[in-house]
Amino acid sequence: MAETDRAPLDIEVRRLGRVRYDRAVELQEALIARRRDGVIPDQLLFLEHPHVITMGSGAKVEHVLADAATRERMGVALVRSGRGGDVTYHGPGQLIGYPILDLKPDRQDLHQYLRDLEEVLLRVVSGYGVEGRRTEGRTGVWTEEGKVAAIGIRVSSGWITSHGFALNVAPDLSFFRAIVPCGLADQRVTSLEHLLGRAVSIDNVMDRTSVAFGDVFGRTVRAASESIPPEFVR
Amino acid sequence: MARIEVPMPQMGESIVEGTVSKWLKNVGDAVERDEPILEISTDKVDAEIPAPQAGTLVEIAVEEGETVEVGTIVAFLDTEGGAAPEPSRDGEGEAAEVAEDEAAPAAEETRSESKPSDDDEEGLSEEERLKQRSTPVVRRMAEEHGVDLALVAGTGHAGRVTKQDVLDYLESEKEEVAQEEPARERSEATPDPQPPAPQPKRAAAHAPSELWSTFYGEVQNPEFPVRDADEVKTMDKVRRLTAEHMVLAKRVAPHVHSFIEIDFTRVDHLRRSNKEKWASRGARVSFTAFVVWAVSRVLREFPMLNATASGNNIIYRGNVNVGIAVDLDPGLIVPVIRDADHLSLVGIAKAIVDLAERARERKLGPAEIQGGTFAITNPGVLGTMVGLPIIPKGTSGILGTGAIEKRVVAVEDPVTGQDAIAIRKRSIFSLGYDHRIVDGADSARFLARLKELLEDFPDDA
Repeated sequence: MAETDRAPLDIEVRRLGRVRYDRAVELQEALIARRRDGVIPDQLLFLEHPHVITMGSGAKVEHVLADAATRERMGVALVRSGRGGDVTYHGPGQLIGYPILDLKPDRQDLHQYLRDLEEVLLRVVSGYGVEGRRTEGRTGVWTEEGKVAAIGIRVSSGWITSHGFALNVAPDLSFFRAIVPCGLADQRVTSLEHLLGRAVSIDNVMDRTSVAFGDVFGRTVRAASESIPPEFVR
Repeated sequence: MARIEVPMPQMGESIVEGTVSKWLKNVGDAVERDEPILEISTDKVDAEIPAPQAGTLVEIAVEEGETVEVGTIVAFLDTEGGAAPEPSRDGEGEAAEVAEDEAAPAAEETRSESKPSDDDEEGLSEEERLKQRSTPVVRRMAEEHGVDLALVAGTGHAGRVTKQDVLDYLESEKEEVAQEEPARERSEATPDPQPPAPQPKRAAAHAPSELWSTFYGEVQNPEFPVRDADEVKTMDKVRRLTAEHMVLAKRVAPHVHSFIEIDFTRVDHLRRSNKEKWASRGARVSFTAFVVWAVSRVLREFPMLNATASGNNIIYRGNVNVGIAVDLDPGLIVPVIRDADHLSLVGIAKAIVDLAERARERKLGPAEIQGGTFAITNPGVLGTMVGLPIIPKGTSGILGTGAIEKRVVAVEDPVTGQDAIAIRKRSIFSLGYDHRIVDGADSARFLARLKELLEDFPDDA
């Protein structure tokens, strides 16, 4: 197989560190446009968000439990998000993965895409000896101790994905008490650190997620060749 | 004025409906081709729906918050740019249909079960009536298959004919043709005045998807009663993952195995004569190293064996990463020699020793057991003649190497050309391959080439 055939199949990985939610949205919009124009290959963004509660398109206001004063005291922002799904919390210690993929021409099945993201995360947690599983009708990755990863995506004109997944590596789980995660009142939220009873390096999780992502999507994952304009990453 | 329909798009095989979450454009707004005009949401997915053509949004047929089936018309565009909304009669019919559907969900059952009565829709032409009962997607499909939609019982929203109904109809027609007199012909132009109202074969139609989910579903190992003297142990993680992988791998790929006998006389000779030289470079070159070296070269010539079936695609792997099955006793792990085709014989030998040692010490990183593109297993090391290995999931081939043993064989004297009996070191190799993407002849050519390379092994590998 010629080199030229392989090149567009690469996925560029970018490790962005801690990024404010609104900036991450802007960055994704910019990358979607560049991906649509074919200027860049598919992207996989790794980042963490400062404390924030996001409301997806299906969000119910009553699933945000903390009132404005409480949120202020906790230092948690509240934003509406263009992803699918209900209410969720993001914060330090949670690995956020935003794949910007063009699903055309052969992956135009959004449920399959959700299942593929789950598969990536299942492989990652399995690598740590954690038995994850799917729950019918409840997108995400679940364990005996509760939900360890959440998924919510968006597809923009031309089948380009954004938003993605949040894997609880070692977040402060008490912040989840501010919400009803994904609108599921009966479900607990857990983290890799909590499940394993030891510290887990988020860099190591990123390494494993890159590998699993490449394997599940059948693509070569490599570090991005060009860096992101600094105004996006603060 | 060219009026075009904007249907709820097909966003995935199992996605049957979507909710209009937000209109990004208002009636009367001009839109560019591919400009997002609305957002829909299903489950955990939000999607922007682009305008199929440039024009003016002249009608919104589905309001925010409403959930409609895939294929339902959600809006109309005027592609010639008349700014004022001027719904045509035709359009009113469609819009009214949606409203009526919402108002009368109770009518669904009766309408879908019984033959549509013409009296209900008096004043409408046949074409208009059919249009009301189907979506553009379904109409196109019916056209392609030459199906008269009037004959198809609709089970969709308000008795609409869905894609599945057309498929069921085609299926039932096929069965009828097969079972009944072949002379019984349907005329598409003049529908039977008393159509036999084919009952949609729901069970039959749903069987494949149920089968599919069972097929790829979590592996359920059946349970058995425990007897008095028995001991029950929970599978450890490696065992459980191995079990699951094996079941899935065997289920998914249609396995075929081919065999070839390979003469190791030359390899044996090379091994012995170079042993000290290699030892001085810190390498212990096993038979397996020779096999990995040869296989990784031959795989370059046979891309279908360094590939995997993926949906309706074949992924030809850009790297040759050879997995080597290592016995952990108990257990099994398959560390991967990456880019084996770029390594020398000694390089491969060192990699094997290193990976096997660390595998036994349980010190392999996850990256070292992933990304294999072809696997080799060596049942012969314990004396087994040959095996029928299972092809690891996500690859298309596995080589099983049998015991290398001295055998009495008939050979031809290279000088005199006379037949003679000789004692040779030989081994039987088995190649397991995924018959979806590897043909029998491919496997035969692969094995023949491998035999050639091993029996005439180069000095400078």
